[in-house]
Amino acid sequence: MTAIALPYRAALRLRPATVVSVLVVAVLVVALIAPGLLTTRDPNAIDLQSTLLSPSWSHWFGTDDAGRDLYTRVVYGTRESFGIGLGATALAMVIAIVLGFVAGLARGFVDTVLSRILDVAFAFPVLLLALLLIAIRGPSLGTVIVAVGIGSAPGYARMVRGQVLHVRQAGYIQASHALGHTRWAVIRQHLFPNAMRPLVAMMTLGIGQSIVWASGLAFLGLGVAPPSPEWGALLDAGRAAITTSPWLEILPGLVIVVATLALTSLGRTLQHRLEGAAR
Amino acid sequence: MTVPTAAASAAGRVATEPQAALLSVGNLRVAFGGREVVKGISFDAYPGRCLAIVGESGSGKSVTARTLVGLTGAGSHVAADRIELDGLDLATRSERSWRAIRGRDIGFVLQDALVSLDQLRRVGDEVAEPLRVHHRGTRASRRSRAIELLEAVGVPEPSVKARQRPYELSGGLRQRALIASAIALDPRVLIADEPTTALDVTVQAQVLDLLAESKSRGTAIIMISHDLSVVARLADEVAVMREGEIVEHGPVDEVLYRPVHEYTKALLDAIPSEHTRGTRLVRGTSAPRRTRRPIDADRPLLSARHLSKVYRGPDRVDRTVVDDVSFELFAGETLGIVGESGSGKTTTAGIALALIPPTAGEVDLDGSAWTSLTPGRRRPIRKRIGVVYQDPLSSFDPRWTVGRILVDALAKGKRPPSSRAEARDRVVRLLEQVGLTAQHLEDAPLRLSGGQRQRVAIARALAPEPEVLVCDEPVSALDVSIQAQVLDLLTDLQDELGVSYLFISHDLGVIHHMSDRILVMKDGRVVESGDADAVFRNPQHPYTQRLLTALPRLARA
Repeated sequence: MTAIALPYRAALRLRPATVVSVLVVAVLVVALIAPGLLTTRDPNAIDLQSTLLSPSWSHWFGTDDAGRDLYTRVVYGTRESFGIGLGATALAMVIAIVLGFVAGLARGFVDTVLSRILDVAFAFPVLLLALLLIAIRGPSLGTVIVAVGIGSAPGYARMVRGQVLHVRQAGYIQASHALGHTRWAVIRQHLFPNAMRPLVAMMTLGIGQSIVWASGLAFLGLGVAPPSPEWGALLDAGRAAITTSPWLEILPGLVIVVATLALTSLGRTLQHRLEGAAR
Repeated sequence: MTVPTAAASAAGRVATEPQAALLSVGNLRVAFGGREVVKGISFDAYPGRCLAIVGESGSGKSVTARTLVGLTGAGSHVAADRIELDGLDLATRSERSWRAIRGRDIGFVLQDALVSLDQLRRVGDEVAEPLRVHHRGTRASRRSRAIELLEAVGVPEPSVKARQRPYELSGGLRQRALIASAIALDPRVLIADEPTTALDVTVQAQVLDLLAESKSRGTAIIMISHDLSVVARLADEVAVMREGEIVEHGPVDEVLYRPVHEYTKALLDAIPSEHTRGTRLVRGTSAPRRTRRPIDADRPLLSARHLSKVYRGPDRVDRTVVDDVSFELFAGETLGIVGESGSGKTTTAGIALALIPPTAGEVDLDGSAWTSLTPGRRRPIRKRIGVVYQDPLSSFDPRWTVGRILVDALAKGKRPPSSRAEARDRVVRLLEQVGLTAQHLEDAPLRLSGGQRQRVAIARALAPEPEVLVCDEPVSALDVSIQAQVLDLLTDLQDELGVSYLFISHDLGVIHHMSDRILVMKDGRVVESGDADAVFRNPQHPYTQRLLTALPRLARA
């Protein structure tokens, strides 16, 4: 019956993986806000004298078929890739919070109907939905954001609904009702903030996920089109020269992997911490 | 199996001639990450006798129990001069050789049978698990042995139950299945860690009888418990643990009835019962209660008429949880509702608080409509009735500090504070009233101890200055000494403020200590009601009689 409680601080110890993730995300944030700090070149400067150069001191990631510096393009592409990731995740969250709260609070018939719709939407492949939207609206940054956002919303919505159902069982919700707070006050003061807690971490995970999806779409030529330096678009552009200049695929691909890993690792750490604090 | 009578269990307690110790522990020390939780304790267990290790949370008693089966846990450091089982050294065992001993020579019964049994496996397979692990018999013979074992521990229809999953069984049956599994290989030593803590009184009595029977067959039992009255029923010898040390150790009659150590005395005094009514439970403050405010028997603050609550289950079958319950709670009075789990007492409390709408019947608050009002009309008078829940942790928003929780409650009260300074002053006064100080203002409830949290819960309930406080198992999650402090606090507050309590508990001792009148509930109905002393001394209903016989208690000298 005597559980040995871990000291509170022990949970806050930084693991090396967390430190690396934070550093990677910090570099990405710099690239996002001030790409000029990380490179002095122009991402769109064409130099036909030096096309398809392999990586070297002067061109860290090599150059592409138009002689543009690949490293510079990756740095400038952060803004577009992250923009899509943030935008799509934010859109997904807004949809998820609205649907999840309506379903979780209404219960009964409304909940059943909404949950079934969400189940169907969840089973519907994101890629297919994206293709459909792009077929209608044509490929553009906005369309990719909307497509990925709507595609990932049902998963989050189900989670929000679960959170709402979980939190509304909590003793403090009943205690607050017993003090004479109105239903709305209880939702605003206790239910909403507590149900939202795990979503912060989920968002971090979601951004990484959205970046991967958007890159996939771009690689298929359905996302942001070249000459945009969006990471997926870089992959698409480099495809033609893959046998002669493989770095055009490998290096941007690695950047996507490292960025997603860092975001995911950070998201997991946040998740564990928040869960620890909630106990 | 015939259920052993009280005489049989008494016979098992007759002191046997001292023989060689079966399990002998000398100077046992256990540390977790440099923090020593067991600080050099020694004890012996003899065949056919029960040693009880008693203590409160954090005393190191459960760690001791786990160490005896080699399951101290990760990050632990165990040192001992001697851990011997019948002359065999256990102190230096590897995990592998432990496995040969666990189950065969030493059986282990844990507190919570629901988490200790694998939910996905049939009860029979779980019971036969030790046989399988130690390669005894064939699959078919193990299956029939499991049924025999279930029958031996008094499980009705053992062949049916063996095919069910643990969650399909009641708590009492699960605990018996766990004991059946522990005695499957007829171990010579049985270690039972809080074997009856999660159980109702009547089921608890059956489990204790079962352990007594095992003892009379020659098993050495080491029972870990926080409950001295449970110990009185089974143990021959008691060791009282506190902060990793044994402070008192001796034959059960000595320790429980002629305790020497101050801590043992304080623990015994802290147990509420019929003898403690009108006195304080915390030792050293044994002054009688202050003059109590008179009960106004002409003014029913709560009056409940013919309440019933029917829930429709997922199988579309209606279940009547509360069935035609009526009562009155007078100004300044404590009305106790006692019953076992599933008796409908918590639902009754929820209806009285107007948080659960009754299917039929109504409750009036101070002579005016209460549960029949619309939520909007009810809200302005909510401040007149407050609530304290069992689990003081889940009843606080984890993001809020103690100060914010109390300010929020004050704002909903009869006299909302008009300024921040006033709010702060009154919150500090509330904290002092419940025995805390201003230094707790900025604490998150998460960081407080169980007793402190329950004090904050009481302060929150009192903040709106209610006339009625519904206390739903307010001390059930607390250690006995903390429970004593909280019960003392509640009686003091009643004397000071004249507040009425609707006091709900499964613990008959607590109910008798606190209540003026009581209702005994079973299966949603009130089976008996009346003056607390009268009901306890002369119970009329067979169920109440059964409850009181099953209640382990200490005979006071």
